[in-house]
Amino acid sequence: MKAYRKLWVALVVLALASPIGLYLPKIMKAGSAWGEWGVDEIRQMVGYAPAGMEKNADIWKAPIPDYAPPSQEQEPLSRLSLFYILSAFIGIAACGGGGYLLARWVTGSRGKHRA
Amino acid sequence: MHIPDGYLGPPTYLAAYAACAPLWAIAARRLREKLSTRRTPLLAISAAFSFLVMMFNIPLPGGTTGHAVGGVLIAIAVGPWGAMLSITIALIIQALLFGDGGITAIGANCFNIAFVMPFTGYGAYSLLSRLFSSEKGKAVAAGIGGWVGLNSAALTTALMFGIQPLLHTGADGRALYAPYPLSVAIPAMLLGHLTLFGAVEALITGLVVYFLQRSESAWILRMAAEETVR
Repeated sequence: MKAYRKLWVALVVLALASPIGLYLPKIMKAGSAWGEWGVDEIRQMVGYAPAGMEKNADIWKAPIPDYAPPSQEQEPLSRLSLFYILSAFIGIAACGGGGYLLARWVTGSRGKHRA
Repeated sequence: MHIPDGYLGPPTYLAAYAACAPLWAIAARRLREKLSTRRTPLLAISAAFSFLVMMFNIPLPGGTTGHAVGGVLIAIAVGPWGAMLSITIALIIQALLFGDGGITAIGANCFNIAFVMPFTGYGAYSLLSRLFSSEKGKAVAAGIGGWVGLNSAALTTALMFGIQPLLHTGADGRALYAPYPLSVAIPAMLLGHLTLFGAVEALITGLVVYFLQRSESAWILRMAAEETVR
């Protein structure tokens, strides 16, 4: 449907603009989100690493941590932006796929439909 | 607002999963019964939309960062239950692929961002849009709804953080999980969300509604519940 094509195009534009979300915090010298610090940051802030947190913080190894390939945090912002845009497209594909399966499942019981 | 692994003790994150399970089930049933077939592609678009919106980190100068979610806008398009499932998809992808939000905390994050936000924000929007019936009025109502929803989610997130020291403090007085009490967590979380992040959420929600109203896609804004399943 035409309306949907326009919305998908809007999502692509958002994905291409996503590095704004990397540059703005850098320019304004802002740190992590509140409550999303790494264990090392917590240790600096409160003077120790909470035991349960230290044990569980790395329970999951995400394949693309922080929207870039593993251990690339020190790369220049321009390169991170490229990874960020790629991550945005991976996100569109994964969320779109998940949403499509959900939609198919929701309409599954309704038989043939006319869009 | 994405709680990472290690911040919540098992009682909290298990309770959050337990709270979400029936909500997800109700949401699925509601969509089967109420969401029109023409509207179902919006579920995929909504999931991708909230994923992308959450990538736009907004800085408090010299402080922390936050982001909008788009949860109330999505609730206007596919109903709050549709929003719950769409945003849940985005949150699961963020946790699994990108480590944004913990695996143990998926239930907690879904409760706050995918449930509390769309329901409180959509509730506020519904009430206000009865008061302001003009097109502009509805856009303003949507913006206020976005602000209310984001802040409600920030508050429940802060509560989850803040009860950890009450539940889990060792004999040595050290926290086992998130270390900050309610008196620190609530003001810290709300500071950014009541102001800048909430304002961005309100602007996005209000502006998208405003421009959709004048486009050929205005039907998207009609409440999902007003349609019949055909």
